[in-house]
Amino acid sequence: MTDMYKDDGRKAGWIIEGRTGPWEVVLGLEVHAQVSTLSKLFSGAPTAFGGEPNAQVSLVDAGFPGMLPVLNGACVKQAVRTGLALGCTINRWSRFDRKNYFYADLPQGYQISQHQHPIVGEGAIPVTLEDGSITSVGIERIHLEQDAGKSVHDLSPTQSYVDLNRSGVALMEIVSKPDMRSPAEAGAYVATLRSILRAIGSCDGNMQEGSMRADVNVSVRRPGDGFGTRCEIKNVNSIRFIQQAISYEAQRQVEILESGGTIQQETRLFDPDRGETRSLRSKEDAHDYRYFPEPDLLPLELTPAFIEQCRASLPELPAAKKARFETALGLSPYLAAVLTADADQSRWFETLLAESARRQGRDAAAVAEKAANWMTGDLFGALNRLGLDIAHSPVSATQGAELLALLADGTLSGPLAKQVFEIMLETGEDAGAIAEARGLKQLSDSGALEAAIADVLAANPDKLAEYRSGKDKLFGFFVGQVMKASGGKANPALVNELLKAALG
Amino acid sequence: MSVNEKIVARVASLARLALKPEEAAPLAGELNAILGWIDQLQAVNTDAVEPMNAVMPITRDWRADEVTDGGIQADILANAPASAHGFFAVPKVIE
Amino acid sequence: MSALTRLTVARMREGLAAKRFSARELVSAHIAAVEAARPLNAFITETPDEALAAADAADAALAAGTAGALAGIPVGIKDLFATRGVQTTAASAILKGFRPPYESGVTARMKAAGVASLGKLNLDEFAMGSSNETSAFGPVVSPWRAVGSDAKLVPGGSSGGSSAAVAARIVAAATGTDTGGSIRQPAAFTGIAGIKPTYGRCSRWGIIAFASSLDQAGVLARSVEDCAILLEQMAGYDDRDSTSINAPVPHWSAMLNAKLAGLRIGIPREYRMDGMDARVAALWDEGIAWMKDAGATIVDVSLPNTAHALPTYYIVAPAEASSNLARYDGVRFGQRVLPDGGSLNDMYAATRAAGFGAEVRRRIMIGTYVLSAGYYDAYYLKAQKVRALIAQDFEKAWESCDLLLTPTAPTAAFGLGAKSADPIAMYLNDVFTVPASLAGLPAMSVPAGLDAAGLPLGLQVIGRPLDEAGVFNACLALEQRAGFTAAPVRWW
Ligand SMILES: [Mg+2]
Ligand SMILES: [Zn+2]
Repeated sequence: MTDMYKDDGRKAGWIIEGRTGPWEVVLGLEVHAQVSTLSKLFSGAPTAFGGEPNAQVSLVDAGFPGMLPVLNGACVKQAVRTGLALGCTINRWSRFDRKNYFYADLPQGYQISQHQHPIVGEGAIPVTLEDGSITSVGIERIHLEQDAGKSVHDLSPTQSYVDLNRSGVALMEIVSKPDMRSPAEAGAYVATLRSILRAIGSCDGNMQEGSMRADVNVSVRRPGDGFGTRCEIKNVNSIRFIQQAISYEAQRQVEILESGGTIQQETRLFDPDRGETRSLRSKEDAHDYRYFPEPDLLPLELTPAFIEQCRASLPELPAAKKARFETALGLSPYLAAVLTADADQSRWFETLLAESARRQGRDAAAVAEKAANWMTGDLFGALNRLGLDIAHSPVSATQGAELLALLADGTLSGPLAKQVFEIMLETGEDAGAIAEARGLKQLSDSGALEAAIADVLAANPDKLAEYRSGKDKLFGFFVGQVMKASGGKANPALVNELLKAALG
Repeated sequence: MSVNEKIVARVASLARLALKPEEAAPLAGELNAILGWIDQLQAVNTDAVEPMNAVMPITRDWRADEVTDGGIQADILANAPASAHGFFAVPKVIE
Repeated sequence: MSALTRLTVARMREGLAAKRFSARELVSAHIAAVEAARPLNAFITETPDEALAAADAADAALAAGTAGALAGIPVGIKDLFATRGVQTTAASAILKGFRPPYESGVTARMKAAGVASLGKLNLDEFAMGSSNETSAFGPVVSPWRAVGSDAKLVPGGSSGGSSAAVAARIVAAATGTDTGGSIRQPAAFTGIAGIKPTYGRCSRWGIIAFASSLDQAGVLARSVEDCAILLEQMAGYDDRDSTSINAPVPHWSAMLNAKLAGLRIGIPREYRMDGMDARVAALWDEGIAWMKDAGATIVDVSLPNTAHALPTYYIVAPAEASSNLARYDGVRFGQRVLPDGGSLNDMYAATRAAGFGAEVRRRIMIGTYVLSAGYYDAYYLKAQKVRALIAQDFEKAWESCDLLLTPTAPTAAFGLGAKSADPIAMYLNDVFTVPASLAGLPAMSVPAGLDAAGLPLGLQVIGRPLDEAGVFNACLALEQRAGFTAAPVRWW
């Protein structure tokens, strides 16, 4: 939970026209991102998704008597890298606290989290909205904490079952400032966050598997007024659901306020099947987490050298990459945005680009646009059709570069390249080998083409006469006939050139 | 600060300790006696004092990110009062 | 009582090495003594078969020349240390039947060195107590009796099973844990020696937690030398405990030296409290004279925040305990009480109400209260600030002295039930031991004399962090001069 909102005077984005006038929505997000590590935050048990219940659990994760937490250094490193990537201050001194509450999937009776002194402090990230405008969303803090286990309620009529496989998995809780004013803005913020975390490798961003989920704080107010009372919608696990939950919840609050009611600060759940939020049956006690410093761990102290090492390990971030693609490669803002929205895609594109430049002996900038168009057009179209993401593309970036090189040097024409690409998708074979084995190379042999032209002219004396008497349009007819005679493989440019010469 | 029976009930509920009605009053008395005694600390001037953060001023290396544990489902469940299909079993929780 | 059970650990080692007796003979004598001493209620679980197996292994190792430093030494283990496959209860009903699939760091080291464990020793429930009367398995009765009386006395606590067993000569030594005095006070009450080393010397891994920032394992034995022999096998870095100190463990038993020339012994003036028992005050003065006799210089020092130590302790320890004991919820181990048709929360509340005794419940309530919303700053934060002041007092004292000498406890052992009705009177037992616990310092009690009723009294030596060697040496000097040879007269 964040502290009280402080109004920063940001302008309205999305207005709900109520019966009594306009309302503005105010949004802050707490994103829980699973840190990409092999082992848990405080134990050596594995973090892999799935698995037999309670098989990825150590005695520490199950809270056995006398078991003690030992901090995983990789989690510290990823939290610091994430903080740096989000433009945040890094706290040289932080500390773990215990958050005490009873729950079936919380084996110790407390969650080890960072309450008072988080590892990462304030920052901000630029977020590009659909209309191309850029807004800045502030980050309040990032802290490290343990995930809880999972309860399964539907396997028995009388019992809930508890699986502790997730117990102790490292999470980064990324708390935004209440800077967002529309569902679209919240969605764009989460998408941006996800692309940054994936680019630096601190979280795999897999929302279906729960690697990223958001608590959404929603309140409404009259434009210009102070903040209203907020409700927190817990654990929403897709961008679409986040947006649906906000729309529903904002509308609900407006209706309550317009009929003279007041908003109760509470925790709510989003039900994706009904598209609505509902109150979580309030726990028996008001929340009183009795935080205090975790005595089983030392304070977390970072050296400037460690922070610099984390900074040096950061790859180019998506926003910088997009700018570079525009300025250095001359790509359109649209293409640059598409290619940098996802780390796997941008990595694939950069391999394609480097290989294309090498094979064609040209600058990256000179081959960039063709490569980008092919990737976002032909490749994405094919992957879409096949229901695959880029990481599972049947054609590798190196193979794609070969195809583009064959197109560039005239071995393949555009239509032939499309044919070859389809075979690559099916067989996984290389473009050159396919063209060779199946005779799909473009015909660029002048002698053979001259002979074919001579045959076409000889077979159409009347058309030739018409042409010579001034009917220029018939040039296209001859081109078509030659292409047809070559089975579609003739190099069209060469046909043009030779035909012009033959027609004098 | 005086602890009444209502506060005792709230604290017992927070601590998940079932309390018989007749236990609340004597417990309130005991807690008041102890808290009254502890309250002498309020007189100590600690204005410029940092709280103790670690008993010994040591540092240590962080753990390497390696899988060294897990795969002991039988041990994890061996002492459980109730388990089924590899899970711990508890009374049904309705959310 | 067999002659073998009267030997110190040092003499046992010599006898075993010289083949004057076998480990099986030594351990068998102790098993018989344990059985005979059941009226003391010192053990919760006896493990004679395990002890005999260890004895046979020790005899084989002694014959092969591969014996560890503690081969065949009969010991008892406070039932707060997890022992693999052997019931581990913390003297609480809530853990009845719990068999850990793991062995604590400290006992694993001891077993690797060859000890024969006779079983798990009784204690105050979750180590919360100073008289061993809060155990769910019944109180431990001290082997000592006042002259001319057969009234039952407490053995001190929380390591009361340990102190009673060592004093009754049914084990040679025993592990203890000390959170606010739980090794030193029972050692003083039963006329034996006991050391709590520096916080972080012994691994806390596998020791059932009471108050994490205070808990520290140590040993109770019948001589300073025995304590050194045991502790050097128990201590050492454990990377599974984040507060474990990564420092070499000196060979303390080989370094013992009672000549204190050049050492400055501080006498904290605030420990001389109003209404102090006259015999305790007199014994302290005797201790000062013995220190001078050993060559030390005596200096007057001030620990101005001493009076705040107990209330500080009774905020910090219950607060940490309330959180540490949240895991006893009837889900993964231990006892479960589920009322008919009860919810998960009903199960938690019923399990914990039935499983925890009155003192544990009282401390959970105090700890929960002082951490609850609105009270954290006034209690827990305040206490951690005062704790810092108490630690600073010691640091300042070390500028003018090397070790501190104080009484261990304000009185000798009291009668069973004498203080049960008044928690605060009970808490005052720890007035001299708690400050060193709050500061994490090594501290040891040695038996130094008897009170008017013929009951043992102890003196305490406190040292700088990691200066167990200095503490042992000063205690050795006291031990030699006190000439304490009294032992309980067997009545059981
Ligand atoms: Mg939250
Ligand atoms: Zn969180």
